[in-house]
Amino acid sequence: MPAARTGPRRTSPEQEEMMQPKILPCGDTALSLQFGETIDAKANARVIATAARLEGMAVPGLVDIVPTYRSLLLRYDPEIVSGARLETILAGLAPDDCASEAPSRLWVVPCLYGGEVGQDLDELARMKGMPPDEIVALHSAAEYRIYMIGFAPGFAYLGGLPEILHTPRLPRPRQNIPAGAIGIGGQQGNINSVAGPSGWRFIGWTPLRSFDPSRTEPFLFRAGDRIRFRPIDAAEAQVLAGRVAAGEAILQPEAMA
Amino acid sequence: MSVEIVSAGPMLTVQDAGRIGLRHMGVSDAGPVDAAAMALANALCGNASGMAALEFAGPAGSFTTSRPVRFAVAGGDCDIRIDDRIVQAGESHRLKPGELLRIGLAREVVWAYLAFSGGIATAPVLGSRATHLRSGLGGVDGRCLRGGDILPLGADQPDVPCLRPASPLQGASLPRGQGPIRVVLGPQQDYFDAGTLARLTGEEFLVTPQRDRMAMVLGDACLPAARGHDIVSDGTVPGSIQVPGSGQPLVLLVESQTTGGYPKIATVISADLPRLAQLPVGSRIRFAAVSRDEGERIGIARARALRDALAALVAKPEGILRSDYLLSCDLVGGIVFPEEVVWAEAVMRKGRKA
Repeated sequence: MPAARTGPRRTSPEQEEMMQPKILPCGDTALSLQFGETIDAKANARVIATAARLEGMAVPGLVDIVPTYRSLLLRYDPEIVSGARLETILAGLAPDDCASEAPSRLWVVPCLYGGEVGQDLDELARMKGMPPDEIVALHSAAEYRIYMIGFAPGFAYLGGLPEILHTPRLPRPRQNIPAGAIGIGGQQGNINSVAGPSGWRFIGWTPLRSFDPSRTEPFLFRAGDRIRFRPIDAAEAQVLAGRVAAGEAILQPEAMA
Repeated sequence: MSVEIVSAGPMLTVQDAGRIGLRHMGVSDAGPVDAAAMALANALCGNASGMAALEFAGPAGSFTTSRPVRFAVAGGDCDIRIDDRIVQAGESHRLKPGELLRIGLAREVVWAYLAFSGGIATAPVLGSRATHLRSGLGGVDGRCLRGGDILPLGADQPDVPCLRPASPLQGASLPRGQGPIRVVLGPQQDYFDAGTLARLTGEEFLVTPQRDRMAMVLGDACLPAARGHDIVSDGTVPGSIQVPGSGQPLVLLVESQTTGGYPKIATVISADLPRLAQLPVGSRIRFAAVSRDEGERIGIARARALRDALAALVAKPEGILRSDYLLSCDLVGGIVFPEEVVWAEAVMRKGRKA
């Protein structure tokens, strides 16, 4: 992966890190491959492409490949593969392996805007000086990308939130936000996977369960997936929730090249 | 084929080897805080290392079983009674239906383990029986056990002897090592200036009461981050030392979140993390930095030593208390439990008849 730098072309430190990620130790059983220090779509694309490449290689002793916003955590069993050996393997990846976008999936997620769970929609509309409908139109017109799954099982962090919707988190977290809540935290969006406390502002709810350990496929989403939201009304939300509760898979992703 | 929790202490959970390999889906490892101690409890019962057992902090509680089983407590010495008979941690014993097993709190440690032959056989969730309290996964409804819970047991082989180590262990545990807690610097040590990094390995830290299966907060020393205490969230592992705005380091344990937004000054090596997690509140610790390669060598050596120790367990001479074994035991203060001697004699008579 380290790109051999040829010629006098000057690059910024950020660009260099993107080409030649830093390898940072995380104790004796993990290392982190850092492609940048900020939230950046390109860095995240490289993280996810590198993760896909490494998964395909099925490196013995590599026990978990964890993509996050701008780095990739590799967890390993040092009895099978050493950190030094992993570094050699990483150095052997061609730069292109990590540059090309892996094929991703698009999910069109039904979303009931406002209502009990989307309790912050009206307040957000007031803050932004626009009618709630316009917030809904903006939020559902954008295409998002899952930058990482983290914090809780199946919890999806979304990049691609229109700038006008960027809003700081609440000063005090609320205690019980349900699974399926769709929110805004700073410049990120999210889809809640489990009920719990949260300081994000919530504008909608999806009847989809992005995490259900009793399903054959417990997780709906993975890092790198694309997301669009489709506004639905309360009646449709109720029907879909009923089908989900009955164990039906109500949504299939569309494959994208 | 079950064990009933008659009463439960405040922190009694089902654990097994944990959910390794699912951090990319936001799923924390869970599993035992002190994996070597749980492996010992399991091995003493003839179980494989990864089988499910009970982890407890504080008093464990009281238990009955629906079939004859062998059980063992490991991790720390504690008060264990079968009805009124006192037995030792660090070796396995037989428990018959109708007998009440009572287990107090482990001394000088925080986390201890109770294994039953056959293992706890609650339904696996995402491939593991380990309880993750924060997200409510595994064990019994993802929660701490309470009185009235009935846990299924896996199949057991009859006529397997009770086991003990060839020579008695200190504190019902294999040695956890000594000296400073060793860390590998990073991944974000560049958020801290040289003076702060020097304090990480130069000063003493206090083990505070702010601790659970997720993390432990260390006190008495402040580690301000020159570049600030916010990073764009990246991956964490058990052992990550996060430093939030308070400057008080937070060491992540088995139940930690999979990602975090605080800079991580260093990572405790896997061989030393259980030793740190077992220190009682009020303990003072020091850190020492080692290279990643050195950390790996220590971890590999520890894993081998554990396997060797577990393979070297010996059958207890049931019914016959050998004097050389008794003499090798540390009978603190010379206390002798009359019930134990009476029981031993009874077992000896039974053994001769058989």
